Amino acid sequence: MIVGDRKPIEEIKEMLTPYKKILLVGCGTCISVCMTGGEKEVGILASELRIISDLEKKGWEITEDTIQRQCEREYIEPLKEKFDQADVVMSMACGVGVQYMAEVFPHKIVLPAVNTTFYGTNVAEGEWQERCAGCGDCVLDKTLGICPVARCSKGLFNGPCGGTDKGKCEVNKDLDCAWYLIYNRLKEHGKLDMLDEVMSIRSWKSSLHGGPRKRVREEAQK
Amino acid sequence: MRSESNLEKVLEKGEFAVTGELGPPKGNDLELVKKKIGLLKGNVDAVNITDNQTAVVRMSSIATSKILIDEGLEPVMQMVVRDRNRIAIQSDIFGATALGIKNMLCLSGDHQTFGNQPDAKNVFDIDSIQLIDGVRRLRDEKKFFGTDEDIEGEVKLFIGAAFNPFAEPYEYRPYRLKKKVQAGANFVQSQCIYDMKMFKEFMKVACDLGLDEKCHIMAGVTPLKNAGMTKYMAKNVPGIIIPDEIVKRMSDVPKEKAAEEGIKICVEQIQELREIKGVHGIHLMAIEWEEKVHEILTQAKLLPRPVV
Ligand code: SF4
Ligand code: SF4
Repeated sequence: MIVGDRKPIEEIKEMLTPYKKILLVGCGTCISVCMTGGEKEVGILASELRIISDLEKKGWEITEDTIQRQCEREYIEPLKEKFDQADVVMSMACGVGVQYMAEVFPHKIVLPAVNTTFYGTNVAEGEWQERCAGCGDCVLDKTLGICPVARCSKGLFNGPCGGTDKGKCEVNKDLDCAWYLIYNRLKEHGKLDMLDEVMSIRSWKSSLHGGPRKRVREEAQK
Repeated sequence: MRSESNLEKVLEKGEFAVTGELGPPKGNDLELVKKKIGLLKGNVDAVNITDNQTAVVRMSSIATSKILIDEGLEPVMQMVVRDRNRIAIQSDIFGATALGIKNMLCLSGDHQTFGNQPDAKNVFDIDSIQLIDGVRRLRDEKKFFGTDEDIEGEVKLFIGAAFNPFAEPYEYRPYRLKKKVQAGANFVQSQCIYDMKMFKEFMKVACDLGLDEKCHIMAGVTPLKNAGMTKYMAKNVPGIIIPDEIVKRMSDVPKEKAAEEGIKICVEQIQELREIKGVHGIHLMAIEWEEKVHEILTQAKLLPRPVV
């Protein structure tokens, strides 16, 4: 899922200061599951904003709504009337949702309430960890399912570097060294020989470095 | 001969080589560089010039290397992949070799969060092993990284790499070194060694793999200055192991004798390292203690350096 952190209230407050009628929109998918921008968090932010508005005489009128997915037009379109009535819209979705709502209703400004951080998973109660960086050329077959791009601090393809410390990354003692994990996993599966070969220089064209990516699938086009 | 560098000649002749290390200043103070050059000249076969080590911004490794050449001392230009993509790397290599640099050490580099620009974006377009492979290709096949396009001119470099026997998984370390040698490393320098027993075990495997015949293995040593530094390094520096016995020796001597003891330990280590099969030289990293290099190498009977 896509994981995000809610922005600090001070930053949100500053963004909203020029406006009166505010539509706050949550998203019911990833960002809701990571407990950042679903219906519940929309409610919490709305109450915070109402208190600030009273205390600081901001005069904000807050309307709340949460849709199933902000990355799909069919879920956004029913919000038309609420968009029309608002001075500004604040999205609690990931960056995709913020942008797509503004694309569907270009006459309105859509502000982000969330810092979108990574593609990850909920490894334990209250803990999410990064797993993929969307590099466009997956090597998980070579590392038996542990991503060196997203999980090694230096994105090494021939690790581990000399900085691994007791299985942790040199960058942070709370971070597992991805290459230490890869080594142990290959060992468990009797496939250490897979490390013998030098993983050669790769192309980054498939990632963001080839410019923004798009896909057209003809079979889905009619 | 791949590079005609002094270091390559010394090693190829079978002499026990000595390299030093010089960290450029955190600015453009030329006098600081010249002072260190004065302390190292005549004592070592070549000097590693660090490339923004520990991710602290310093005078560039290429420029500092050129200053060394002008002063009659041979540099080993270090290059990290943290700050350069393959375009900048190759361009810098062309520039460096055109300026007369003949040795290059390929590194991944300490993560930028350690340094004085922790908010920087890193590059890591390629990793250190891919860098070794790329430089070997530039030199031997005269082709740009990852393409069949020919380069103009010749890149004559003696290619080096670093290795660390003291980082986990220990059992894998000789094999990772093997990868660097396969990629094209001609000489390799280790992280500072204090645990001789562990290093000997590492070297045994490395020699069984035939690495000592395919490349020149140099053992890294750093003299300990005092008990505080010893304890700090033992506890806090990832990838460095200092056995209790050495910590104890440094702690047991009176403060004013600590430096002397540190040098004594270093000299003993060098003597022990010389006896290990496959070790072709030492890499002496007397960081910000260059004034002791002459004394250490004199005591270790490694002076004068051979003229080749
Ligand atoms: S290799 Fe690329 S696509 Fe595969 S998990 Fe890692 S970042 Fe994602
Ligand atoms: S310690 Fe491990 S995860 Fe961290 S940079 Fe080195 S190889 Fe990558």
